[in-house]
Amino acid sequence: MATRIKFQLNLDELKERLLMMAGMAEQAIQRSIEAYRTRDLSICELVFRSEPAINRLEREIDQLALDLLAMEQPMAIDLRFILSVIRINADLERVGDQAVNIAVRVREMGAFANIDLPVDIPRLASLSSAMVRKALQGFIEANAELAQSVLAMDDQVDEMNDAAFTALSSLIREKPELTPQCLNALIIARNLERVGDHATNIAEDVIFWVRGADVRHKSSVA
Amino acid sequence: MGVGIDVEHLNAWYGSTHTLQDINLNIPANHATALIGPSGCGKSTFVRCLNRMHETNPIARATGVVKMGEVDIYMDASPVEIRRRVGMVFQRPNPFPTMSIYDNVASGLKLNGFRNKAILDETVERSLKAAALWEEVKDDLKKKSGASLSGGQQQRMCIARALAVDPEVLLMDEPASALDPVSTSKIEDLIFQLKSQYTIVIVTHNMQQAARVAENTGFFLNGKMVEFSSTDMIFTNPKDKRTEDYITGRFG
Amino acid sequence: MSVNPIQNPIPSAEDQGQLRTPMNFQTRRMRANSMRRYVVNNLVTGLAMLSTVLVVAPLVAILVYLIYKGASSLNLAFFTQIPAPVGEVGGGMANSIVGSAIVLALASSMGIPVGIAAGVYLAEYGRGKALAMAIRFTADVLNGIPSIVMGIAAYSLIVMRQMHFSAFSGGVALAIMMVPTITRTTEEMLATVPHSIREAALGLGVPKWRTVISVSLRTASPGIITGCMLAFARVAGETAPLLFTAFGNQFWSFKLNEPIAALPLQIYVYAISPYDEWHRLAWAGALVLIVMIMVSVTLVRIYAGRGVLKGAS
Repeated sequence: MATRIKFQLNLDELKERLLMMAGMAEQAIQRSIEAYRTRDLSICELVFRSEPAINRLEREIDQLALDLLAMEQPMAIDLRFILSVIRINADLERVGDQAVNIAVRVREMGAFANIDLPVDIPRLASLSSAMVRKALQGFIEANAELAQSVLAMDDQVDEMNDAAFTALSSLIREKPELTPQCLNALIIARNLERVGDHATNIAEDVIFWVRGADVRHKSSVA
Repeated sequence: MGVGIDVEHLNAWYGSTHTLQDINLNIPANHATALIGPSGCGKSTFVRCLNRMHETNPIARATGVVKMGEVDIYMDASPVEIRRRVGMVFQRPNPFPTMSIYDNVASGLKLNGFRNKAILDETVERSLKAAALWEEVKDDLKKKSGASLSGGQQQRMCIARALAVDPEVLLMDEPASALDPVSTSKIEDLIFQLKSQYTIVIVTHNMQQAARVAENTGFFLNGKMVEFSSTDMIFTNPKDKRTEDYITGRFG
Repeated sequence: MSVNPIQNPIPSAEDQGQLRTPMNFQTRRMRANSMRRYVVNNLVTGLAMLSTVLVVAPLVAILVYLIYKGASSLNLAFFTQIPAPVGEVGGGMANSIVGSAIVLALASSMGIPVGIAAGVYLAEYGRGKALAMAIRFTADVLNGIPSIVMGIAAYSLIVMRQMHFSAFSGGVALAIMMVPTITRTTEEMLATVPHSIREAALGLGVPKWRTVISVSLRTASPGIITGCMLAFARVAGETAPLLFTAFGNQFWSFKLNEPIAALPLQIYVYAISPYDEWHRLAWAGALVLIVMIMVSVTLVRIYAGRGVLKGAS
């Protein structure tokens, strides 16, 4: 016999909305990288126009979570769930922000010549996106092991970002006239590395929810 | 000052019903400990074993060791002695209807033969102040009957009555369940202030109250103690699935 | 307008314009029903009042008649003198009044403690025990024993042993008659004391015996006192048990092991006598007896009520 039917329905709705938010954030990243590949400014515009919807959804999720905290007096696992939803919500919103930042950089780069850069932005992007997807899969399945494996992927993203930094800074030294493109690419790489960090946060929140263990800030400082 | 309570292998029966099964726990001194659980789980029975009130029912019996400090309350002392060291507040306020407020609060002393008026006066005032009731009744102490107060005031008077005999332990069996939210809040504040001087054990149906009031919480189910831990752990990350099911309300 | 609101809940535009009195919403059947309810209500109320009158009327009638017959004979002599020899006018029933008081005091001092103690045992200590059932059964049987048999029993137990009549034996006979009523009332009144306040006292470390006295008995005391008064009023007018025990006395007597005069006894003797003078005294004595009982019951009520605090039930 199911109890707290209303509460359970509300929790399900909260989960659905968060997943919708995740979809929108991931789509924003995909679009921004597509804009980078094709240097298509109309795609950048699309990313900008999609941003308000993400912010609106973030506010809705926060409000629903707040209401549930006030009205249903959640305990233990329910409380941890709502708390992690609130945190994941914030991280996803920032992922959306990073997509916007990338799109801004792409637009800046449009003013300059399109050259080949010694950094594989799309690959870095796909790795970061994979992290986000895996963390959210962990959330969907309430699977702490899956989330745990995301934490290990962050090292690879950090390495790629460091390599990009090294490669781009030496290119600037060699050919100072390419500085604008290099700097923009550097910033884009940095943004993608932040996306990876947000994915790590999401994974930690999933672990906190499922296991009740606070594993934040345990990984070494990169 | 309060004293800690050690319970080992406590079993209790009502007639042939085995109401408490092998309870082991340690209630720390000068802290508030809450006992939660569904109806009929044995938490009230347990608390009544702590001051031997369990025995007032002729078909009840208990085995095991309950130690208050160094004293085994079943072997080393009589029920009357134990009940003078352990105060009890019941679910429904039970003032003595034929006595005034003063006499009610002083009854623990007066009915045990204590007659010194100066000390009785001082004790009544001190207890009523500790129970946060002094200001409301100080002018009517001897004129009004104990039963003429409101429900919340009666319960605070019963707390004052229990405190007047200067116990070391205070047992409270759902003390606020018959009261309105404002009175409940006053009683919870009271517990907060009292626990530094007494050891408080509070049985409650209301989990939020347990969470607000107690440092440690024990979860009882069907006569067994399932989990006993600090209150924040019980309510944020309980170890036992049964505890979690109960506190999240998914007890279907 | 017989619009049935159940079938047509929304009033038509026409209806809405009309003045809305309750009658507009009732069908004829509904009105007939409420009429009938009104009549039945008044009928039953009337019956209840009539019953009250029927119950109170005999008491009033008796009092009025006694006053009519006996008041004229009441004078100072009645209350201060002992009976005059046969044939002479005057004299009084002073010795009977005092004698009754003495015998009743004796009976109360023996019957009330025993009755209350038995009631306390039944209510507080003996729940479920076989001895308690035996005591209850005995009390019920005693209650039913005719008062003359009680007198004979006291006669055989005490008078025959002592070889003389005495106030003491009269007191014993009456005491035994008081015990069942007091026992049952005490037990029932103690049962109305809520268990929660007994627990409160026990929880304070008050021993059981003290709890019984200071909490249970104290709370039940109004009811227990009523029970004692009932028993007292009953035995105050008993004649038969005193026939073979107190026996009656024409003269002053204050000794407990001598025969003593008692008001009911004296009334009986005077009433069956052939002398008008004595009949007159008998009426007066009956009036005095009833008044004495009523006064003592009222006094006890006032005294018991004095200790009650504001707000206590």
